[in-house]
Amino acid sequence: MEIPISYYLILSSALFAIGTVGVLIRRNAIIIFMSIEMMLNAVNLSLVAFSDLHRSIDGQMLVFFVMVVAAAEVAVGLALIYVIFRNKGNVYVDELNIMKW
Amino acid sequence: MSIDIPTICLTNIGPLITLSVAGLLLLLFDAFSGKAMKKAHFHQFSLVAVVIALLQTVWLWNRQTTDFSRMIYVDNFSFFFNVIFLLGTGISIILSVHYLENYRKNYGEYYALMLFAAVGMILMAAGGNLVIIFLGVEILSIPIYILSGLFREDLKSNEAALKYLLLGAFSSAFLLFGIAMLYGGTGTFYLADLAAFIKKSGMNGFTYVGMGLLIVGFGFKVSMAPFHMWTPDVYEGAPTSITAFMSVGTKAAAFAAFLRVFLEVFPTVRMEWDLLLWVAAVATMTVGNVTALAQTNIKRMLAYSSIAHAGYILVGLIAGNQLGATGILYYLLAYTIMNLGAFGVVIAVARKKDNYLNIYDYAGLGFQYPGLAAVMSVFLFSLVGMPPTAGFLGKFYLFSAAVEAGYIWLVIIAVINSLISVYYYLRITVIMYMQPAEADLGPVAMTPVVNATLIISALAVLLIGIFPGSIFQLAMNSVKIFGS
Amino acid sequence: MIQYVWLVPVFPLIGFLINGLLGKKISKNTVSLVGPGSVGLSFAWVLGCFWEYLHLPAKAKPVEVFVFNWITSGTFNAQAAFLVDPLSLVMLLVVSGVGFLIHIYSVGYMHDDPGYARYFSYLNLFVVNMLILVMANNFLLMFVGWEGVGLCSYLLIGYWYEKQSASDAGKKAFVVNRIGDFGFLLGIFLIFYTFGTVNFREVFAQAHNFPVGSAILTIITLCLFVGATGKSAQIPLYTWLPDAMEGPTPVSALIHAATMVTAGVYMVARCSALYVMAPISMTVVAVIGLATAFMAASIGLAQNDIKRVLAYSTVSQLGYMFLACGVGAFVAAIFHLMTHAFFKALLFLGSGSVIHGMHGEQDMRKMGALKNKMPITYAVMLVGTLAIAGIFPFAGFFSKDEILFKALTDGHVGYWAIASLGAMMTAFYMFRLIFMTFYGEKRWDHHVHPHESPPVMTIPLIILAILSTVGGFVGIPLIQGWNVFHEFLAPSIAHVAAGHEVHHSMTFEVMMMLVSMGVAGIGIFIAYKMYIKQPELPAQVTAKVPGLYDLIYNKYYVDEIYDATVVEPIKNGSVFLWQEADSKVIDGAVNGTASVVDRLSLVIRKLETGYVQNYALGILIGVAVITGYYLGR
Repeated sequence: MEIPISYYLILSSALFAIGTVGVLIRRNAIIIFMSIEMMLNAVNLSLVAFSDLHRSIDGQMLVFFVMVVAAAEVAVGLALIYVIFRNKGNVYVDELNIMKW
Repeated sequence: MSIDIPTICLTNIGPLITLSVAGLLLLLFDAFSGKAMKKAHFHQFSLVAVVIALLQTVWLWNRQTTDFSRMIYVDNFSFFFNVIFLLGTGISIILSVHYLENYRKNYGEYYALMLFAAVGMILMAAGGNLVIIFLGVEILSIPIYILSGLFREDLKSNEAALKYLLLGAFSSAFLLFGIAMLYGGTGTFYLADLAAFIKKSGMNGFTYVGMGLLIVGFGFKVSMAPFHMWTPDVYEGAPTSITAFMSVGTKAAAFAAFLRVFLEVFPTVRMEWDLLLWVAAVATMTVGNVTALAQTNIKRMLAYSSIAHAGYILVGLIAGNQLGATGILYYLLAYTIMNLGAFGVVIAVARKKDNYLNIYDYAGLGFQYPGLAAVMSVFLFSLVGMPPTAGFLGKFYLFSAAVEAGYIWLVIIAVINSLISVYYYLRITVIMYMQPAEADLGPVAMTPVVNATLIISALAVLLIGIFPGSIFQLAMNSVKIFGS
Repeated sequence: MIQYVWLVPVFPLIGFLINGLLGKKISKNTVSLVGPGSVGLSFAWVLGCFWEYLHLPAKAKPVEVFVFNWITSGTFNAQAAFLVDPLSLVMLLVVSGVGFLIHIYSVGYMHDDPGYARYFSYLNLFVVNMLILVMANNFLLMFVGWEGVGLCSYLLIGYWYEKQSASDAGKKAFVVNRIGDFGFLLGIFLIFYTFGTVNFREVFAQAHNFPVGSAILTIITLCLFVGATGKSAQIPLYTWLPDAMEGPTPVSALIHAATMVTAGVYMVARCSALYVMAPISMTVVAVIGLATAFMAASIGLAQNDIKRVLAYSTVSQLGYMFLACGVGAFVAAIFHLMTHAFFKALLFLGSGSVIHGMHGEQDMRKMGALKNKMPITYAVMLVGTLAIAGIFPFAGFFSKDEILFKALTDGHVGYWAIASLGAMMTAFYMFRLIFMTFYGEKRWDHHVHPHESPPVMTIPLIILAILSTVGGFVGIPLIQGWNVFHEFLAPSIAHVAAGHEVHHSMTFEVMMMLVSMGVAGIGIFIAYKMYIKQPELPAQVTAKVPGLYDLIYNKYYVDEIYDATVVEPIKNGSVFLWQEADSKVIDGAVNGTASVVDRLSLVIRKLETGYVQNYALGILIGVAVITGYYLGR
C-alpha cells in the first residue's frame, strides 16, 4: 500500500514545529542551530514528498540546494559561535543583549 | 540519440560572472600576495569589478528575455535593480576603505564577500524560479552574516552577527517552507507557471500558506513589522560600512523579489494579500518612526528609519499598479543614494573607530565642517521627503499610486508618519546648525574620493528630485512586465 | 519678457549660491550688493513682465510659461511651468518689491552681525521659494515653494541659534507648519485622485462639472485650508507666529508679515474656483478667519513687546483676509493682502528701527518720548498705524472697508459686527503702541541713547510709507470703473454663483465707510485717553485701584466706565486668552500630542528587548497571524 502524502506532510510539519519550539526555548546557540537544521530538513522531507506526488524532479533538486545552504550557514554559524565563546566564555543567547531598545 | 545542449547566452549573466570571478580572485590574492599590496589594491580591484559589471549591465538593456531554461529573467526590471545594486555596492566600497583601515581590517575577503553579496542581490532580482530566488537570498545573506561579525574582538559585532544569523536562518526556513508549499500546491517553481496555474485554478490551501510564508520570508529581509526586530540591533552592532551596505542592498534586493513574485504570480488574487500587507505596512511605518524618536545613537536611529522606509515602500506594493511599481523602483534608487550618503557622513563624523555615534556629537558640525553638514542636510531632507529632493518625489509617486488604487486611509497614515519622521531627522539638522560644539572632537578624516562621492550623491539626490523624468521613464519601462 | 519669467526666481537663486557658497570669501560689500541686487533684478523683471502683460491681447492671457517637464508618467503630469496671470502678477510685485526694500533695509540692520552672508543667503533662498510658490502653475510645484519657504522661515527664525528661545521658536514653527503641510499634501493627493491632474487650470476647468457642495470638493478644500491655517497662522495653528518674532526684525517683516504668511490666503484665492463650489468650506474659512481676527486682536491689547503686538496684529489681519475669502470676496482678500504687505512691512521695519535705536530693547514700557529722537521712524510708523487702523485715505482704509462691507452684504451681520469690533481693537492697540513708544515721558535706561537709523534703513521705510498712503487708490470703491484692482484681478478669480447680485446704493456704502471710520476712531480715542491724557490710568487699571470717584468731581468717570465695562474685561479676557487659551490649550495640545508620541516611543522601544528569542517569537507570531488568516477563511 502506498503511503498517502498527508503522512509525509504531517511528519514534516511536526518536525518543523519541533524545530521552531527548539529555537524559541533553548538557551544554547548550538542547540538553536540544530533546531534550525531540523526545520530545514523538515522542509526537505516535504519537498521530496511533493516531488514524488507531482512526479517532477524539481523538488528533489531544491533539496540538494537546501543541504548546501544549510552547510554553509552552519559553517558561518559555528565560526561565529566559536568567536563568541572565546570572547565571552559561553554561548547562551539570553546573555547576548548588549544592544536593545 | 542526440543530446540537446541547451543554448545559453553567457552575456546574460555577465555581471554575475564578473562579480563572482572577481570575488574569487580577491580571495586568492589575499591568500597569496604580500602585505604591501594588500592594503592598496583590494578596493580598487573590487571597484573595477563593479564598474565592469555595470558596463555589462548596460549591455543588457532592453533584452526582455529569459535564459538558463527560464531560470533567469533578463529584462529591464532586473536591469534597473542591477544598477541599484552595483551603485550601492560601489559606493559602499568607497566608503569602507578608510573606515576599515582605522580598524586594520582592510582584508581582501571583506571586498570579496561584498561582491558575493551583490551576486545574491542580482539573482534575487533576476530569478525566474523560486529556487533561484531562494539561492539569491542565501548568497546575499551568508556574506552579510560574516561581514556583520567582521570585528571579531568586538562583542557588539559578534552579537549583531549571531542575532542576524539565527533570525535570518529561522526566517529562511519559513521562506523555504512557503516555497515547498507552493510547489506542493502547483507542482512548479517557475514564476510564470505559478502565475498561470493560479490564474487558471485559483488558490488552494497549499498556495495560501505558501504565499503567507513568502510574505514572512521577504518581510524579514525588508524589515517589515513584525519581522523587523533584528534590524536595530544588527544595524547598530555591525561595522558602519556594512550597515550602510545592507540597509540599501538587502532591502532593495528583497523588494525586488517581493515585487516580482507578488506582481507576477499573485496579481489575480490581490484581494487576498493587500489587507495583510496594509496592516503590516501601517505597523512598520509607525513602529519605525515612533521608535526612532527615542534614539540617540545615530546608527540605531537610521535603523528605525530604514524600517519606516520599508513601510513607505510597502505602500507602493499594496497599490499594486504600474505607478506603484515604478514608484518603488524610483524610491529604492533614491533611497540607495540618500541613505548611503547619510551613512557616509556618519562614518566620517564617527572619526576613528566609531567613537562618536551619538547624535549630540553632531553639535556644531555646521560651523566646523560646513560642507559635510550641508550634504548631510540634503540627505536628511531627502529622507524626510522635503521637496525638491528625490525622497519627496519617491514618496509622492508611492503615495499617489496608493491614492490612485483607492487606499486613501493608508496614504493618510503614511503622510502622518512622514510628519513624525520630520522630528527625528530634523533634530540632527538642528543639532548640527543650532547647537555649539561641546568640545573639539578632533578632525574629521575625509579622503578626496569620499568627499567627491558624498558631493556627487547629494547633487544626485537634488538632481533626480528636480529632473526625475529620465529615471522615471526608465523605471516605467522596467515595470512594464507586470501587466497593468 | 514674460517668456523668460523663469528668470525671476533664478536671480535670487544665483544670489543664494554666491552668498551661500562664497559668503566667507567675499567682502561684506559684495554680499550687500549681491543679496539685495539679485532681488532688485527680479523686481525689475517682474515690472517688465507686468508692463508687457497689460499690453497683451486678451486672447493671449493668461500666459503659461513652460520650463521643463518635471514629472511625467502615463497618468500623471506635473510640469515645472509658471502661470502668469493677474493674481500671480500682483503677488510677484508684492513679493519682489517689498522683498527688495526689506533686503536693502537689512543691509543697515544686520550690518554688524557676524553671520551677514549666511543671513542674506537664507533671505535670498526664501525669495526664490516664495516666487516659485506664487508662480507655480500646478499644486505640486506650489508645494515645492510652500515647503521651501517653510524651511527658510525656520532657518531664519532660528537665525540667532545661540538664543535657546530662538532655536525653539524655529523648531516650533517648522513642526506646526508640517501639520498644515500634511493637510495641503493630502489635498493635493485628493485633487489628483479626483481630477487626475494637478494643473491649476485643468483642475479649475473640471471643477465646474461637480455639483455645488459635493462632498469631495468640500473635503479637498478643507484639506487645503488646513494647509493654509498652518502657513497663515490661523486658529488653531497660529501659535508659532508670535514666537517667530525671535528672528531678526527684517525677517519678521518679510516672512512673517508681508509674504510667507499670506501664502495661505493666496492659495485659497487661487483655488477660488474650488471654494465657490463648496459652501461649507467657505463658511469654515469665514468663521475661522473671523475668530482668529477677533481673538488675536484682543490678545494684542495686552502685549508689551513691540514685536509681539505686531505679530498678533498680523495674525488678526490675516484673519480678515480669510474672512473676505470666506464670504466670497477673494479680490478684497488679495487687496488687503497687498496693502497689508505695505503697511505691516512698514510697521515691522519701523519697529526694527526703534529696536535698533534702542540697542535691542523691545519692551514698550521701557520706551516713550522717542518722537523727537527718531522723527522719521515716528512719522512712518504713524502712517503705518493710520493705515492699519483704516483711516481715510490710507491704504488700509480701502481694503479693510471693503472686507467689512462684503462681510455685511455677502456674509452675515454678525460677521460684520464682530469684525468691526476687531477693527476697533486694532485701532486701539496700534495707537497704544504709538503712544507708548513715541509719546509720554521717557522711560528708557540712562545708558541707552536712542538715535535715528541710517538712511539705508530709513529710505525703504519712506518708500513703504508712501505705498501705505497711496496704495489703496488702485481699488477705489463706489465709482464704476475706478476700481482698477478689481477689474485687473477679475479673470483670476471665480465668483460665487450669482444668486443675489444686489447693487447697493452709494449712500449705503458711504455710510458703512463712515461707520467703520467711526469704529476706528473710537479705538483711537480710547487709546488716546488712556495713554496720553491719563498715562497713569493703565497703571491704575492694572493695579485695580478700588477708589470711589466722586460722580461730579471726577471727570474720569467716563473713563472709569470704559475701564470697568470695556477695557478691563477685554484686558482680562485678553490676558486670559493669551495665557490660558494660547499657552495652555493650544500649546498644550501640540506638546501633548508630541509627548504622547514620545511616551509611545518609550513603550514601543521596550519591545526591542535585545533577546534574540523574543525576536524569533515576534516572527513566529507574525507567521501564526498570517497562516491563521489564510487557513481560517
